[in-house]
Amino acid sequence: MPATVALAVARYRPEEEPAPTLQTYEVPFREDWVVLDALNYIKDRLDGSLSFRWSCRMGVCGSCGMKVNGTPVLTCAAFLSEHLPGPIRVEPLDYFPVVRDLVVDLSDFMRKLKKVKPWILREEEKPLAEGEYRQTPDQLDAYKQFSMCINCMLCYSACPIYGLEPSFIGPAAIALAQRYNMDSRDQGARERLEILSGYDGIWQCTFVGECTKVCPKNVDPAGAIQQYKLTSAVHWLKTLLPWGAR
Amino acid sequence: MGRPITPFLWLLFSVGGTVSALLFPVHLFLTGLAIPLGWIDPPRYEALIGLLRHPITRLYLFVIIAFPLVHWAHRFRYTLYDGLQIKHLTALIVVFCYGAALVGSAAAAYLLWNIP
Ligand code: SF4
Ligand code: FES
Repeated sequence: MPATVALAVARYRPEEEPAPTLQTYEVPFREDWVVLDALNYIKDRLDGSLSFRWSCRMGVCGSCGMKVNGTPVLTCAAFLSEHLPGPIRVEPLDYFPVVRDLVVDLSDFMRKLKKVKPWILREEEKPLAEGEYRQTPDQLDAYKQFSMCINCMLCYSACPIYGLEPSFIGPAAIALAQRYNMDSRDQGARERLEILSGYDGIWQCTFVGECTKVCPKNVDPAGAIQQYKLTSAVHWLKTLLPWGAR
Repeated sequence: MGRPITPFLWLLFSVGGTVSALLFPVHLFLTGLAIPLGWIDPPRYEALIGLLRHPITRLYLFVIIAFPLVHWAHRFRYTLYDGLQIKHLTALIVVFCYGAALVGSAAAAYLLWNIP
C-alpha cells in the first residue's frame, strides 16, 4: 500500500479564473479513508480555500456527491483504496452550474421537484377522529424503494438526456412523483399526470439506465420512469375511448 | 416528443422489443444452429410451404417482422437524435425511420399475402 496518494481536484474560483482548473494535492493514504476524508484533510492541513459540501459522512444526507475518476459517487462512500494508484480525479457533478470548486447549484432540481408535488395529496382529508391512514405491508412496499431517495443528484449527473435537454424533469423528481403516486394514501396521481407526461417529462427518457446504476440508495429511477411510461400510455389509450378518461 | 402520438409509438416500440426479445432467439436457435448443425431433422419443403400457407403462420410472421421494425425505427430515431445530436433534422429523421419501418412492414405484408 502506498504511503500517499495524489488527488487531482477541480478548482473554480469565479472571481479569479474564467474556467475550472485541476489542482493536485498529495494526501496520506489510509485503508479506511474515503475520498471525503482526503478532501477534509486537504481543507484542514493543505489548503483551506477548497470548497465542497458534506454533512453526515454516512450516505444519508446526499450532499457529498461528486465525480470521482469521472463517475458520480457519494464521496463519503468512495474508498481511496478503490481508486488506486491515483491521481484520483475529483470533480463537481456534471450538468449543474458550478458555484465554486466542487459546489454545484441545485436550484434547477429544487424547482422541478416542487412541480411534481412530492407530498400526499388528498381530495378530502378524513376527520381526525377517524384516525390515521393505515397501510398494509404490501401497500408500503409499492413505494418504499422510491422513498429512499436522498436527493444526491448523482442520477442527474449520470443522465446524458439531462445534459442534452436541461428542461427534462429528470430521474429523481420522477421517482419521487412515483413515490407518492404509488402510495395508497395519495390521491394526486391525476394532478401529477400533466407534468410527468408532458414535454419535459418521462417521454424525454430513452432508457439509458445510468441513473439506476449510479444511485447509491437503489431507488431505481429508470424503473420508476418505465413504470410511469406504461401508466401514461394506458391513460393515453383510455382517452381514445368515447367514454374514456380525460 | 410530448406530442400526443408519443405514448402510442412507445407502446408499439415496447411490443416490438418484447416480440424480438422473446421470439427471435427461438428462430435463431432453430434456423441458425439446430437445423444446420443437424441437431434436429430439417423440415421438408412441402411441410414448410404448407405451414406457410396457413393464415395464422402468415399473421405470426407479419407480427415478428413489423413490430421489431417499428422497434428499430423508434430506437434508431433517438440514436440519431442524441448520438449524433442532429435533433434539428427531426422531420427528416422521423420520416426516414418510421417510413422505413412502414415500407418494410408493407413489403412483408405483400409477400406474405402473395405466398403461392
Ligand atoms: S434517485 Fe438515487 S441517485 Fe437520484 S437523487 Fe435519489 S438517491 Fe440520488
Ligand atoms: S456526507 Fe452525507 S451522504 Fe455523504
